[in-house]
Amino acid sequence: MKALCWEGVNKLSVEQVPDPQLRNDQDMIVRLLAGTTCGSDLHLISGYVPAMQAGDVIGHEFIGEVVETGADVRRHRVGDRVVVCSFVGCGRCWYCAHDLWSLCDNTNTNPGIGQALFGYESAGIFGYSHAMGGLRGSHAEYVRVPFADYGAFAVPEGIDDTSALFVSDSVPTGWMGADLGGVTPGDTVAVWGCGAVGQMAARAAFLLGAERVISIDRIPERLAMTQRFAGSETLDYTSTDVAAELRERTGGRGPDVCIEVVGMEAHSDGPMHLYDQAKQRLRLQTDRPTAVRQAIHACRKAGTVFVLGVFTGAVDKFPLGAVVNKGLTLRGAQMHGQRYIPMLLERLAAGELRTSHLATHSFPLERAPEAYDMFKHKTDGCVRAVIRPGT
Amino acid sequence: MKWSYRAVMLATVLTAAARLGWVRARRRRAAQEADRWLVVTVNRAPTDVGIQGAPPKPLDRFGDELEVRVRPAPGDHGTELAARIRRPVPPKAASWPARLAGRDPRQEVRTALREAKALLETGEVMLPDYPPTATGGTPAGKLVGWISRRSGGEGVL
Repeated sequence: MKALCWEGVNKLSVEQVPDPQLRNDQDMIVRLLAGTTCGSDLHLISGYVPAMQAGDVIGHEFIGEVVETGADVRRHRVGDRVVVCSFVGCGRCWYCAHDLWSLCDNTNTNPGIGQALFGYESAGIFGYSHAMGGLRGSHAEYVRVPFADYGAFAVPEGIDDTSALFVSDSVPTGWMGADLGGVTPGDTVAVWGCGAVGQMAARAAFLLGAERVISIDRIPERLAMTQRFAGSETLDYTSTDVAAELRERTGGRGPDVCIEVVGMEAHSDGPMHLYDQAKQRLRLQTDRPTAVRQAIHACRKAGTVFVLGVFTGAVDKFPLGAVVNKGLTLRGAQMHGQRYIPMLLERLAAGELRTSHLATHSFPLERAPEAYDMFKHKTDGCVRAVIRPGT
Repeated sequence: MKWSYRAVMLATVLTAAARLGWVRARRRRAAQEADRWLVVTVNRAPTDVGIQGAPPKPLDRFGDELEVRVRPAPGDHGTELAARIRRPVPPKAASWPARLAGRDPRQEVRTALREAKALLETGEVMLPDYPPTATGGTPAGKLVGWISRRSGGEGVL
């Protein structure tokens, strides 16, 4: 079959690879209907996530059709249309049983790497390096889905493929930021990042009762899209002082909840950006925490900062003093998708959530490297490029 | 001259004492490391884990080589399943060559503990994808492949 392979730093190509096989009785094989580019893939492509091998298939956000099931798969049949959570959860370890699915104990087949990096490993994720289990990614014609009864969800009739696709990762990730960030009715929420996940975090904050949501980015079309579809106020950080704007708009208090959806390759227009870039290039720090720093400083006293962006290692100039002296709650997590996906599909069907606007561009699998190039450089207003095998 | 001689002697004695203390601390730590239990917590009741006093699969294949302990975990965490190799094993600090070669006895026990936990909790041990797609031709790629192969037996258990 054809698949999009990482071949080295900033090198992607579509290659012929062997078809995936059922490896366990709880696996199933899915034929891809659509997958999407994700900002976190860019960290892999740029070489900031070091545990990649040439030939690794990337991609983790997808919808497909079941073509083969293992002997112990009970909830799915051949022909079902399913959206699959990007993180793989076994459903029965302590973490899965407590709805903390991205921390599953049993799905990262390379636990020693994660334990060396983080103390304990995270769950396995499709197409996201050997540190995260080394599973094949979804930008392919077929993909194996382990523990399929827990990670795949039938898509109700009436929800089209493109809308359902984003329930695989972007929507639950954004929802989780607002939910675990503790958004309550009447809150003011600030969201750094107006990509797909940032837009979903903003929308989720409103649906959880926030009175005001203020989204921050620098890309005009993303700011406009967030205003239109999430309903939030927006700030262009290249044309205003974000901290001063937030203070002014919140009566001097600062936002109650700050959600960072930018990650390790953050940009800013200040001198700190040059400093962070230099240190990252020299490998003196692995991640650029520009937006996290801003969020911590901007957050009101005793507020919550939730880090949704992907970080892999150590950062410099982390304002721990502000966390302590302002009494902040600082949280972060990879995405506990299985906890939210059924509810999100219901909200999508009810029209409370809209996602299809995120798919600004569409490519066949053969042109997937072009899709990533466009997505990376944000040309032609690209927010998400959808990759459709078989088109 | 007399004073400088005394100072040199004092420095030598202090250095020797410090070195002796460091060596003793290292030995104590090495002895602890060699004797340490490797532990996983299984999200099942103790009666499900220590079935009729026998160690769960695949730990049972070690026979008398392994000491196995099962006890309830605090709160709702399930059951702690611990194993320790009965025969003397080299301390971790001295076992780098064996660890690199994949022949440290603790690696096999770690893998078995993880598999026992997975079998008890889910009924299967999730296997990596096959066939692999990685060509791993570059030195960095080969290193990632080698680390991945060792990964199941390494870690912080």
